[in-house]
Amino acid sequence: MKKIIIIDDEPLARSVVKEYLQKHPSLELVQECGDGFEGFKAIQQYQPDLIFLDIQMPKITGFEMLELIDQPPSVIFTTAFDEYAIKAFESHAVDYLLKPFGQDRFDKAIAKWSEQQPATAIKEKATQDLIETASLSPSQSNRIVVKNGSKIKIIPAHDVFYLEAADDYVKIHTQEGYFLKSKTMNHFEQSLDTQQFARCHRSYIVNVQQITRIDAYEKDNHVAILRSGAKVPVSRSGYGKLKEVLGL
Amino acid sequence: MAQSPLSEKNFRIGFITCWAAMFIDHTIVLHWFGLPWQPALIDSAISNTTLLLASLLIITILRYYLPKYEQHVNIFALCLLLTILWILKIRWLLPLVNGGYEGYDLILKRSVPIRFSLGFLLLGCLTLLSIIWYNQKEQKENETRKSDSEKLAKEAELFKLRQQLQPHFLFNSLNSINALIGSRPEEARKMVQQLSDFLRGTIKKEETQWVTLNEELQYLQLYLDIEKVRFGNRLGTETTIGEGTADLKLPALLLQPIVENAIKFGLYDTTGETVIRIFTAKEENNLFIKVLNPFDPETASPKKGTGFGLKSVQRRLYLLFARNDLLQTAAQENIFTTVVKIPQT
Repeated sequence: MKKIIIIDDEPLARSVVKEYLQKHPSLELVQECGDGFEGFKAIQQYQPDLIFLDIQMPKITGFEMLELIDQPPSVIFTTAFDEYAIKAFESHAVDYLLKPFGQDRFDKAIAKWSEQQPATAIKEKATQDLIETASLSPSQSNRIVVKNGSKIKIIPAHDVFYLEAADDYVKIHTQEGYFLKSKTMNHFEQSLDTQQFARCHRSYIVNVQQITRIDAYEKDNHVAILRSGAKVPVSRSGYGKLKEVLGL
Repeated sequence: MAQSPLSEKNFRIGFITCWAAMFIDHTIVLHWFGLPWQPALIDSAISNTTLLLASLLIITILRYYLPKYEQHVNIFALCLLLTILWILKIRWLLPLVNGGYEGYDLILKRSVPIRFSLGFLLLGCLTLLSIIWYNQKEQKENETRKSDSEKLAKEAELFKLRQQLQPHFLFNSLNSINALIGSRPEEARKMVQQLSDFLRGTIKKEETQWVTLNEELQYLQLYLDIEKVRFGNRLGTETTIGEGTADLKLPALLLQPIVENAIKFGLYDTTGETVIRIFTAKEENNLFIKVLNPFDPETASPKKGTGFGLKSVQRRLYLLFARNDLLQTAAQENIFTTVVKIPQT
């Protein structure tokens, strides 16, 4: 038996998938979830083989939820209308169902998934690429969703002090301490609002609204002093970028 | 093509009066110089009629060819040419008719410079007047064309703003119907009808149409019923209609996008149940509609305050009332408030 989870905020939308699933006795529905928080918990608890995932949901989108899962399961996306998401699906050849869809289309998606079953690694790669693309969407540029133990935390971009590279992770420094996210600095440099954030150093991205002053530090280098008192190193090329964002 | 000044009655009367005055003046002056009445009259008639023809020619030419500023020298040349032709013509014609009178030839000869000056002056003035006339006409036409096109653009924009039906809403509603068909066909049928009535409303209503609050709330109810089927127990609504507001007027389809924004904001920014509250009130000849939705102040971005929905409402209110202060929003603790004020005429 393969384990299935449905994540969609509309009860009727879940019931359609449930109904269509009855034709596939080898698939067992283990949980229905109404938002990304429940989905996140359920995925960790059941380790499903396949999830049906809506994009627009309360608090966090389907993409943001996927980002937080270390080894995401296979996903069939279900969405009504989301230009950005559909573009992302197409560019990564990930299967998606456009609501409303019929039993035929649903069966096809399941068949396609079953065929690809052994090639999990490829599938996983596609999902990862998809998440990466989706997280560059404009709607995700003003917040960062992180995992804090088993809880999910949404950090509004204006609450971020600065970001610091730490091996395979990025440390997100805020009022409440720092959070880790397994992403690259380049990813954040691209996805965050360039009016507000500047890559001031190879290993640092700073929220310019938090800077109180910039001091000279050794030769060619500077250091930005933040409102919280934190000191962020500024490299020579980073100083140029910083000045550009600050309009100096 | 601009209308000729001669098409205007007042101008025609003025033109004829001037011509008559010149005719009389011309005759009297010639008589005063010692010419008997008859040849004076004939001279005046011939001179002034030919001058009149030249004037008409100028007016007609300018109707089809209006010079640009740098081409005014052409007009000067035209006046000059017409005046010379006119002089040559009367110089040839008048002696043929009036040659029998003693001393007429001398008077004619001596008066050529005066005739020339006066003729040139008159034709020049007329040309100038015509140019001003035609320019004004053209400007007026341009202005009407501009204001017409602006009006059209405004109407088109209003139409577009009103038609901005969210495809997301439409497809999700269809998906809900799809779900209901299998399990509860009666409800599916009801929802199809509600969705049809709702869509018909967005198509049917004219932009400038004003409806009563009561009508607008009935229409809103269709929308709310559909949304409640979609979101189930998560969505609740409470509508409080203030005393004496039911018959107040507001632009058709204004309320729905405001409530849609509140629902989206409320439902997508919180988990659990969301109650949307709507209040209406009348104050100093204004209709106030207040829509409240919950949100999460910790995660909501401050910029998110006015979603796209509200922007289009704001634009519509501006196009209708030329005012930007009719839509206000406020966030207090975890409640977001949208207030719209509709002046009653």
